[in-house]
Amino acid sequence: MEIIADRDLCIGAGLCVTSSEAVFDQDDDGIVLLLVGEPEGADADAARQAVSLCPSGALRVEE
Amino acid sequence: MTQAPPLPPLHMQRDRFDPVPELAEVREGPGIRRVQSVFGAPAWLVARHEDVREVLADASRFSNAGGLAMRMPGDTRSAEEKRRAMAGQMLAADPPDHTRLRRFLTPEFTVRRMRRLEPRIVEIVDEHLDAMERAGSPADLVPSFALPIPSLVICELLGVPYADRDEFQHRTGRQLDLSIPMDERVALQRESRAYMDRLVAGAKADPGEDVLGMLVREHGDEMTDDELAGIASLLLIAGHETTSNMLGLGTLALLRHPDQLATVRDDPESVDAAVEELMRWLSIVHTGVARTTTTEVEIAGQTIPAGELVLCALPTANRDPGFVDDPDTLDVSRGAMGHLAFGHGVHHCLGAPLARMEMRIAFPALLRRFPRLAAAVPFEEVPFRAFHFVYGLHSLPVTW
Ligand code: SF4
Repeated sequence: MEIIADRDLCIGAGLCVTSSEAVFDQDDDGIVLLLVGEPEGADADAARQAVSLCPSGALRVEE
Repeated sequence: MTQAPPLPPLHMQRDRFDPVPELAEVREGPGIRRVQSVFGAPAWLVARHEDVREVLADASRFSNAGGLAMRMPGDTRSAEEKRRAMAGQMLAADPPDHTRLRRFLTPEFTVRRMRRLEPRIVEIVDEHLDAMERAGSPADLVPSFALPIPSLVICELLGVPYADRDEFQHRTGRQLDLSIPMDERVALQRESRAYMDRLVAGAKADPGEDVLGMLVREHGDEMTDDELAGIASLLLIAGHETTSNMLGLGTLALLRHPDQLATVRDDPESVDAAVEELMRWLSIVHTGVARTTTTEVEIAGQTIPAGELVLCALPTANRDPGFVDDPDTLDVSRGAMGHLAFGHGVHHCLGAPLARMEMRIAFPALLRRFPRLAAAVPFEEVPFRAFHFVYGLHSLPVTW
């Protein structure tokens, strides 16, 4: 699976970072940074949760 | 509105912690209902978790800038005065304007940034607990703990002199209380505005290391003074009115559930989940999050024309059995993420990481300092803020 982050849509709510600090970070402007594009195992589950939680629809998952 | 109505509008009605049964009937039945809103205009009340999420996620069909929600009956301000007051109010803007304003602030509210604040918040919490202990039992938890902690934090973060807080708290508390006559609320709004204008002028003359100073230094030429004042006032109100009510109401909820209180007190690992569950169960933003339809839409099987007011009822959405099992039970062990207490969509609470951190620190610290904390009055006598935009308690007398 692959995670896709649209930085233009991101509102910097940080829920993705809260879900998984291994997969997501925020840059100095608070906008999402993808640390791991194709997470595996527990990271993949956490990333999926982040996709469903992201309030602005900035995250997507492609299987 | 010159006189307090006997009951708040349906969408705000609760039996202490719980939305009234009539609201659950809307949710389990049609999912949507025509109601009279607090804004005067009739509105559509959306009650299910899934539908509320859908409305909030779609800023193009459900607008914040529609203005319907801002038209309060009896508001005597001129169009120009309202226009100035709306500048910088991110909650009354749609993308791309909303995006532009919000991006000025996101660097100040990142998860990492908030973590740097943690030691200071711990210190503030400890100082207030010390003061409570020194003054001795009994105490009113609202003015001695729930209100001053978030207040001090947001004042420091934003760059507002803490000495001004009493005056400020009094003003915002009454401004958002729907049982206060409109002309008094308008007068208070004008006073707040004058205060904010002075604050912005001060920050422009001598920008400090706080958020206001940062906005002036880094974005001063990209935003108007009205926008600066609007952003500052939104942050200040949001910082005061939300977390403080979560602390007061959340403490009472835990006192009513002693086994869960013990979990939060004794197991540090449980605190994150407990905070999420308290937020879900209490849903303190309880006027209904308002949107205006920009086009004909269908929601919960109902066709709604363009230009109508839609209210998302967070308390019923967060108690939706379609979202969590046994939703009316407070169960701090479940900690369901995905609750809508911070909203959803592009307006999702900017201060969520800060609010979460304040609660994670404050609840266990309070419960550990006073392991025998108890309400000093019968539950029936605790005064709830039924008419307020943000639900909570007027006071919570406690002993220990
Ligand atoms: S959860 Fe979504 S909006 Fe928030 S920082 Fe992550 S990508 Fe951005």
